[in-house]
Parts: sequence; C-alpha cells; structure tokens
Amino acid sequence: MTEKTTPATAATPPPDEHQRMEVGAEAGPRSRVARIMASPAGRNLGLVVALALVCVIGVITAGDLFADVDNVVTILRLAVVLGIVSVGMTFVIIGGGIDLSVGSIVALASVWATTVATQQMAADFHWTIIVFTAMAVGAGCGLVNGVLVAYGRIAPFIATLAMFAAARGLAEIISDKRNQLVDDPGYVDFFARELLGIPMLVYVFALVAAIGWVLLNRTTFGRRTIAVGGNEEAARLAGIKVQRHTVYLYVLLGVACGIAAAMLLARTGTGTAQHGVLLELDAIAAVVIGGTLLTGGRGTIVGTVLGVLIFTTLSNVFTLNNLDTSDQNVAKGVIIVAAVLLQQAVAKRAGST
Amino acid sequence: MSPIKNKSLLTKVAVLAAVGGMLFACTSNESDDSGGGEQSAVSNNDETGETVTIGFSGPEADHGWLAAINDSAEEEAAEYEDIDLQVAEGTNDPNLQISQIETFINDGVDAIVLLPTDGDALTNVATRAMEAGIIVVNVDREFSSPFAARTTILGDNYGMGVSAGTYACGLIEEEGISDPVIAEIQGIASLPLTQDRSQGFADALQGCGETVDNQVSAEFTVESGEEVASNLLQAAPEIDVIWNHDDDQGVGVKQAFDNAGRDEFAFIGGAGSCQAMDLIEQGEMEATVLYPPTQAADGIKLARLLAQDKGLSDLVQVEVPTRIVLNAPVVTENNVEEYRPLCFES
Repeated sequence: MTEKTTPATAATPPPDEHQRMEVGAEAGPRSRVARIMASPAGRNLGLVVALALVCVIGVITAGDLFADVDNVVTILRLAVVLGIVSVGMTFVIIGGGIDLSVGSIVALASVWATTVATQQMAADFHWTIIVFTAMAVGAGCGLVNGVLVAYGRIAPFIATLAMFAAARGLAEIISDKRNQLVDDPGYVDFFARELLGIPMLVYVFALVAAIGWVLLNRTTFGRRTIAVGGNEEAARLAGIKVQRHTVYLYVLLGVACGIAAAMLLARTGTGTAQHGVLLELDAIAAVVIGGTLLTGGRGTIVGTVLGVLIFTTLSNVFTLNNLDTSDQNVAKGVIIVAAVLLQQAVAKRAGST
Repeated sequence: MSPIKNKSLLTKVAVLAAVGGMLFACTSNESDDSGGGEQSAVSNNDETGETVTIGFSGPEADHGWLAAINDSAEEEAAEYEDIDLQVAEGTNDPNLQISQIETFINDGVDAIVLLPTDGDALTNVATRAMEAGIIVVNVDREFSSPFAARTTILGDNYGMGVSAGTYACGLIEEEGISDPVIAEIQGIASLPLTQDRSQGFADALQGCGETVDNQVSAEFTVESGEEVASNLLQAAPEIDVIWNHDDDQGVGVKQAFDNAGRDEFAFIGGAGSCQAMDLIEQGEMEATVLYPPTQAADGIKLARLLAQDKGLSDLVQVEVPTRIVLNAPVVTENNVEEYRPLCFES
C-alpha cells in the first residue's frame, strides 16, 4: 500500500525508463536491479527469500529429514488443496471480492461426489465422473455466490458467509454427518501414481496454477479482472460488463474448489462434511501473503503459489522438529507477519531507489 | 465336464452342506447359551414400572461418535415401555442448551440426561433443575459442581491413554524392540480431554521406561489427520508404535500411511469406530482403545432406575452410585467380535 506502483501500472505492461523516472519520487538513475525488483516478478522476490529462509531453517534443524526427496514431495502433496483454492481465490480478490465459503464448498463438493448415486454412476462409466461432479457442484455454488454479489448487490462478505453456512449444512444433510469412502480404488491410485517421482496430484496443482497464470497475465479476461477490481466505475465506463465478469470470477473459484475437493478425495479417500474447515482463512492468508491487495486491482499467481508453499513448508518443518502445537501457532503468526513485512520492504526499496 | 468331475462336485456340495449344517447348529447353540447367560444376569429392574419422563439434551451430532451417542440413547429408551423420552435438538450453543434445560424444568420432567456442550456453562441450570427436584444425570463432560447432578457417567480419557500406553509397552516387550520409536497423533491439542489422553499415555509408557518420541496434533477431522500423519511419517523414517487418539481422524491417518506405503509400525487407534474394527479384523490395524459411545444410553437407563427408586442390581448397595467411570478396554483381533456391537459409523 505504501508501494509506489499503482494499480494502473500493475495492470499495464512495465512502462519504459522515461515514464518510470517521472512517476518515481527520486529521478535518480535506475539500476538494472531496481528495475527487476519493481517488476511483478521482483515483488515476489521477498517471498522467494522468505521461502528460502524457511527451507534453510528446515535444513539446519532437521537436516536430511527435510532435504529428502520424499519429504519435498510430501510438502508439495499437502500444498495441493490449499494451492488450487488459493489460485481461484486470487482472481476473486483481485476482482475486488472475497469468498468465505470455499471451505464449505469443498466439503459439499466432496460429499456430493461420493454419494452412492454418484459412485454408482462412476462405477458404470468412469471414475472421472467423480471429478466432474465435484467441479459442477463447485461451479453451482460459485454461480449462486456470484449472482448474489453481482446482481443481488449483497456485499461479498455477507453473500459468501451465507454460502459458508448453507453449503456445509447441506453437506451434513447429504452425508448424514458420516464419512463417505471412495469405493473405486482406481481413483485414489490414479492421483497417487507417480510420474518422474512426483504424484499426479501435484501435476494437477501445477496445471491449475499455470492456467491461472496465463488467464491472469495473457488474456483479456485477466486484464478485465484487474480493471474491475482496480476501479469498478472506470471498468464499467470502459465497456466491461462488470456484473457478468464478477459472476465469472466466483464461478471460476467455485470450479477451483471442486477440483480441490476431488484432490482431497484422492488424498484422504473420503468425502465428508468436515473437509475444508478454516480453509477460507488459510486461502485468503496465502493470497495476501502472496502480495495480492485485499482491496483488489493487483495480485500475482506466482505470489499466491509461493504463499501457499511457505505455509505448507512451515507446518512440515515444525513437525520434523517435533514442535509443540502451541509453539507452532505462535511461530506461524510471527512468520506470517515477517513474510509480509519482508515482501513490503523489498517492494518499497525497489520503488524508491 | 466329465461325469466323474460332476460326481466330485456333488460330493463337495454334500460335504459343504454337512459342514454348513454343523456350523449352523453350532451358532444356534451358542446364541441359545448366551441368551441363557443373559437371562441369569437380568434382575427385575427391567420390568415395566411407573412411566417416567426423561428429557435428553446433547451437542449437535457433527461427527460419528456423537451421532452414535444420540442414536444409542434413543434406541435404548425405545426398549422400555415405561420411558417417555423427550429429545431436545442437538446444539453446540451452550445458551440454547441452557434454554432447553429450562424448558425441561418447566415441563416438570422426572429426569434429565445431559451431555453438556460445555460442562462449566451448563452447571448453573443443572443445579436449578436439581433444586426443582428433577434427577439430573450428567454424561461425559463433567459439571463443575457436585450439586448439579445426581449421577455422573463418563468415559475415561486418562484411562484411554493408560490403556494405549500399557498395550504399547506389552507390544514392545513381546517383540523385544530396544529403543523403540513411539509416535502419538493427538486430537485438538488445546482440549482438556486431549491432555488427559496424552498424560495417561505418557504415564503408562513411563512404566516400561519409554517416552513419546514424536507428537503431532490433528483436529478430529479426516483431512487434518491425513495432513499431520503425512508430515509425521517424514519426521520419523522408522516408527514402531503409533497411537492415534481418534478413529474419526484415523480414516485420514490410515490413508496417509497407505499413500506413503508405510506399515512397519503397530497402529493403535482410539474411540472404536466400525471402520477401525474392520481394519483390525483385516490385520491392517493393531488395536483401538474404546471410548464408549453408549454413555448416554447408560445415562438413560440410570435416569430410569433413579426415577423409579431402583438400584443397580449387581451391587449390594441399594442406591445408584453417584459416579460411574467407564472402562477403556483395548480392542484387538482377539476380542473384536465381542466389541463389534459397541462400534459406531464414523
């Protein structure tokens, strides 16, 4: 927020040297480094440093246990669900919204995708039915959220809070509060299968993140998202159908929740109304740590992914060191604040040198 | 097919039928025997007496164990013609539960069976019910005052830890493992019940000179169980014994073991879900420590006895005891059939 880069400059490709010097408070000669730092990639540098620090701490305190390939794969595997949801969340937050219902949507999607009826259908055709059901349920919830926010003129905080309560309630009704096991062993096996030593789950996350990056940085959809979140009125005047676009954003996040639910099914082999508890807070935190403005108009997918990885790596390092849960929570709080401060400091220096 | 083969097939069928018949005869004999055994233990306490109205209130059944608590309570009440059970809607809001108890007091029920959302918060209203002459039976989560309930019946969280620890010690001695790696997966770490379980586990392990090497805490959910267990397996490349406090989160814990392809340890669970018992039967799990989901059902039975001025038939003492702590037995493949009826669907 104290950074010199305004939403407008973030939305457009980096301006050339001359424009930069006019915008900057100090018109001194700019080094190559400063230019890199001020670019979106540079803003992520603080996060890379933070993640590297966590890894260094991991190696120092846990040594071979941390640096082990299996351990790195475990960290990535555990990052999948939070990561996929956070990528979707990045779009909604950049677009000026917020979604508190993602955890509940994941729960509902996981339950709906493992009902006897769905599993029977999956057994008759193919297990992918389970994935598509989860995505459809997510999209449906996202559509309701989007329509309530865009056309119902309900504040995103309230509209999605309603979904937060209702979706988990519905999940409890459908599942009768019981665990629903995934019957088809092929389902869990497929996503656990390793390609080049990395489980399929992780590739799905990588694919979602890549699609998210392209969508945000290389398409009209992405530019419109930034415009809508930066200044809704200006976006409207520029001819963007703001309401429709807002609906798209929530549907996109809903689909991401559906995919995340499918991955959670693969990880745990179970659909339950208790999936995704407090997921919304972790996702929002990861997105904000990743440098996305909570007020909208600016953000990066790479930052979000780094934010998620910092989170997941932290928990892993704590467990490897056999740390008490209470200590973990204190350390987590401190590190979250430190990561954000570090990232802001780097961005600030980049803006003022 | 040759006629000879057919003949041998016929023989097989005949043998199978004979064996089947014998088996059937055996089972029917057995059930007759056990029926007779039960008969002798039953007193005239079960005979229909004057009808008593019992109010039952418990937390929202948001997981398998609590759902089983409510279901078994209602099933038990239905067994007796002289029980008029009034069930309040399950809630996790202490204030709502207080108003439910106030309603019971106003209705003038004979007894209240209460599994409080929070023992401290419900103590006051329970005391008022007692003062109004209503018998209060406190289940599982204790009130903070002895005047709030006539009888308290509860599971033994500390005892669960002791059972798990003692069983682990037995395994270690039996297999002669020197310097074993012992891991513990807690439920929500900040809850007193979790601390009791861990304390009991640590105390019992101390008995055989062992300590917990790795401790992680999940949140009673499948997802959190899978997550912390995945990290735990990375933290300890070789584990001998794992005690997981809760079979609900155990579904995720087991999946994490499967995902990582690890099974070198003895996996002990807690609570006693049907899934855990299945795994024990299949040899995929070593044991689980019971935390009976039938406490509220027992609470209903006690409330009925109290309201009808009856005692516990197998005690010399005429009155129902003020405090009953249920045992936390270890279920293994040797006795799983015996405990199967007590299991709950998670």
